Amino acid sequence: MIPELGHFALILAALVAAVLGTLPLIGAHTRRMAWVALARPAATAIALLITFSFACLTQAFVANDFSVAYVANHSNSLLPIQYRIAGVWGGHEGSLLLWILMLSWWAFLVAMLSRHLPDAMVARVLGTLGLVAFGFLLFILLTSNPFERMLPGAEEGRDLNPLLQDPGLIIHPPLLYMGYVGFSVAYAFAVAALLSGQLDAAWARWSRPWTTAAWIFLTLGIAMGSWWAYYELGWGGWWFWDPVENASFMPWLAGTALIHSLAVTEKRGSFKNWTVLLAISAFSLSLLGTFLVRSGVLTSVHAFATDPTRGVFILIFLVAVIGSSLALFAWRAPKVGLGGRFGLVSRESALLTNNVLLVVACATVLLGTLYPLLIDALGAGKISVGPPYFNAVFVPVMIPILFLIGVGPFARWKEASIPEIARALKWALAAGIIVAVALPLIYGQWSALTALGLFFAGWIVASGVLNFAERVRQTRAGRSIVATAFSQPRSFVGMHIAHIGVAVFVVGVTMVSSFQDEKDVKLAPGESVDVAGYHFTFHGVKAVEGPNYVAAQGVFDLSVDGKFVRKMNPEKRNYHSSAMPMTEAAIDAGLLRDVYVSLGEPIDRDKPEGEWAVRVYYKPFVDWIWGGCVLMALGGLLAMLDRRYRVRSRAAAIVPAGSQQA
Amino acid sequence: MTRPFLAVCALVLALFAGSTAAFASSSATEAALAADPVAEKRLLKLSEELRCLVCQNQNIADSNAELAQDLRREIRTMIGAGKSDKEIIDFMVVRYGDFVLYRPPVKGATLLLWGGPLVLLALGLFALVRYQRRRAERVAAEDKPLSAEDARRAEALLKEADPQ
Amino acid sequence: MNRYVWILVGFAGLVALLAIGLGLNPRDVPSPLVGKPVPAFTLAKLSEPEKTVSPKDMQGKVWLLNVWASWCVSCRQEHPILVEFSKKADVPLIGLNYKEVRGDGGFDMAKMPADEERKLAWQRANKWLAEHGDPYKLTVMDLDGRVGIDFGVYGVPETYVIDKAGVIRMKHTGPITPDVLGKKIMPLLAELNK
Repeated sequence: MIPELGHFALILAALVAAVLGTLPLIGAHTRRMAWVALARPAATAIALLITFSFACLTQAFVANDFSVAYVANHSNSLLPIQYRIAGVWGGHEGSLLLWILMLSWWAFLVAMLSRHLPDAMVARVLGTLGLVAFGFLLFILLTSNPFERMLPGAEEGRDLNPLLQDPGLIIHPPLLYMGYVGFSVAYAFAVAALLSGQLDAAWARWSRPWTTAAWIFLTLGIAMGSWWAYYELGWGGWWFWDPVENASFMPWLAGTALIHSLAVTEKRGSFKNWTVLLAISAFSLSLLGTFLVRSGVLTSVHAFATDPTRGVFILIFLVAVIGSSLALFAWRAPKVGLGGRFGLVSRESALLTNNVLLVVACATVLLGTLYPLLIDALGAGKISVGPPYFNAVFVPVMIPILFLIGVGPFARWKEASIPEIARALKWALAAGIIVAVALPLIYGQWSALTALGLFFAGWIVASGVLNFAERVRQTRAGRSIVATAFSQPRSFVGMHIAHIGVAVFVVGVTMVSSFQDEKDVKLAPGESVDVAGYHFTFHGVKAVEGPNYVAAQGVFDLSVDGKFVRKMNPEKRNYHSSAMPMTEAAIDAGLLRDVYVSLGEPIDRDKPEGEWAVRVYYKPFVDWIWGGCVLMALGGLLAMLDRRYRVRSRAAAIVPAGSQQA
Repeated sequence: MTRPFLAVCALVLALFAGSTAAFASSSATEAALAADPVAEKRLLKLSEELRCLVCQNQNIADSNAELAQDLRREIRTMIGAGKSDKEIIDFMVVRYGDFVLYRPPVKGATLLLWGGPLVLLALGLFALVRYQRRRAERVAAEDKPLSAEDARRAEALLKEADPQ
Repeated sequence: MNRYVWILVGFAGLVALLAIGLGLNPRDVPSPLVGKPVPAFTLAKLSEPEKTVSPKDMQGKVWLLNVWASWCVSCRQEHPILVEFSKKADVPLIGLNYKEVRGDGGFDMAKMPADEERKLAWQRANKWLAEHGDPYKLTVMDLDGRVGIDFGVYGVPETYVIDKAGVIRMKHTGPITPDVLGKKIMPLLAELNK
């Protein structure tokens, strides 16, 4: 009964979405305010219906309803409750339901938090989201229905893939999808602007917080995925340039270019076309990612069970959504005015260059990801493009961007002078050089690549601090330094925190790649191994039982310089539902390093009390990789909460006087 | 016709893929039992460049599929026999084709791949420069001085707004 | 023309590529050995373990090499077709038994001495052929898969068509279906035998 209700709710939602995607849009165009007024309630209705539907599917999982095919394929009665709930999005159909759930929530939030925006504009934004939702719901209902029954119902479920039975499944997909789907709001704002012909600074100010929010979620979602791979898979890797990973990284790159471009459009009224195009591109890349992951066109560890029929549907959806918005853009763009003037050397110029570089980086990733497909389609054979390629080409493109991060904040709007910038930055240059020379030597080995990474990290941090200090100095007006610092606008502080986050990320990547160490040994109980000064003593293995697995748990003592630090307990698990053993590493995480132990196998399969193969890792600064991402997200959050976006205290909605017809 | 074939392929691959989930176990065992750590390091570096053909996009260093284990054993033997890195890579390419390389070889078909990023960068910077120039032209065009007629009208309007 | 339309053109190109991609199979890897001489090997015969066979023995004839193992589920699928084929066609079918014991996954190879592996492999292969029929002129035993590596074997079953000069002319990965047999293999054999 309940799955059928859930299914019915989806059908209703599709109908409401069809209404939302037509009437308010027509109403905004023909000034029929009655139809315009439908937008907000329709968005709310869709959110309620889809939330209800999602709840129905969750109920089926929690109650172990194995007559629902999707539940039978991805769950098991022994599965702990949290994974029964997270398992809802563990497969293709359920993850699509999560996708549309997120879309409905974003639309709902836009409906609720946009009282200060003109109703016609809101109608267009929500209408666009309604069209996207309709297409997606159609896709789910026609090809990927999670509520399909299998009769007779299964006795027991096939269980969730043991790799997914981890807190990572609870956090990573929701965060990631909030980001992916969140860019649909930026897209909707862009389309609304194109439809109305009103492309101005006000539009940029309205869409900026929404875009930043989506970007924050995507940053955290990708970071979470990377961290999960690191601690789950057992050999300390954190990025594989897998097609699905690239599919999340490309929208991030476009999204980063977008938030910077929005800054210019908002402040100076320039780059309007560029910003709109980036908004369309960021969401298009999200959709492209959805296509790549589910169509079977590319091979990936992360790919869902693939089906070319679904691929065809998504492709048609892609063509409809992206094709129509690009056509709209091509029609409107030539008529958009010039916007603010700026000199060749100016902050606008720096940001424009930054955006071009980010787009080039994104295009590079796209090229590498799709190249095997291109070669195959042309009949020129089959090749693979993997980490060696991406690492080789991506880093050179990022270097100028890292350089610009230091320069940008010092460049004035409209007209800047190079001597002035250079004067301000010479200390940053010095700081960068010192870090680049000193740090590798402290860690024992100097190499050009290490030095390069550390130089840019130092450069970015130093220039950020200098810029902040200069601003405090300029705006002090007799107050204390601390008071002045705290009174700086949040967007300014957020910018610097996010940029420092990038520097922290670069330090993490550089240090871990240059100085990590590992040892593979066989240990009998009582024996020990050392890596980078960390001493591991093996005390054998004991059998433990989990809710749906049995495990051999290794007992290790970690000590440094003879002093005991802690116990570490890596496991070798055998889940009841599958024949394959799973490794759970034990990690001691620290600010400056991670130490990592994982169990291989007993040397003699029949004697688990004897020798075991053990792998220990030393990973310096590895947590800085994800720490940097968290800082970036924090910076974005601060920027989003800047006073000028909080309009509740202001007077009722006015169309800003300065907005001109595009 | 391709459907049953694909289904069977998937089944065969599932048989192999089943063992890939035992991450880090067997390769840790191999490495732990290895006699020569220097050779193992070389093996690791080479294995990271080679693709496991029966896996869903993994290199043979990370994979525990049968084929990956066999190929690692083969590479270890070749290292022991004094073969160079290039000879080992060529050995794999002769048998499995370019598909087995994660670093695509530089040849006619991959010129666009390897040259692409540089070309894109150049195009991007070229577009940037052209955009700046165009903009400057458009700005100059809009900044034409007012005709005498327009200047008088502007004066009159300004006087109206500000009688002083 | 409005220069923004170029973006649409680019997008159309991308869509075309993706559409073509939907009809391709990214896991199907063509063999670089096609057009090259068949790799040399010397392996023991299933029927006469003391004797060995090498591709030189087949020189002058067109022949098929089929890689199989008793643990391979898809091999069971194609087997009836091979048995049919061996009865009707004039072309010898040589079997390459691939990792009969090692590939099974159910044995602790660290504990199995070499002669026990040989005995077990022969026993299993013979039993399987007795049960399902023997379409092979002869079968050679590749116990450790080393010859398989030389042939670029990555997914059992695989079938190779080799011409009179000992050059591999075709490789098919996966089970032989009546379609593949009729449309690809038989015409090629006819041509090579002319």
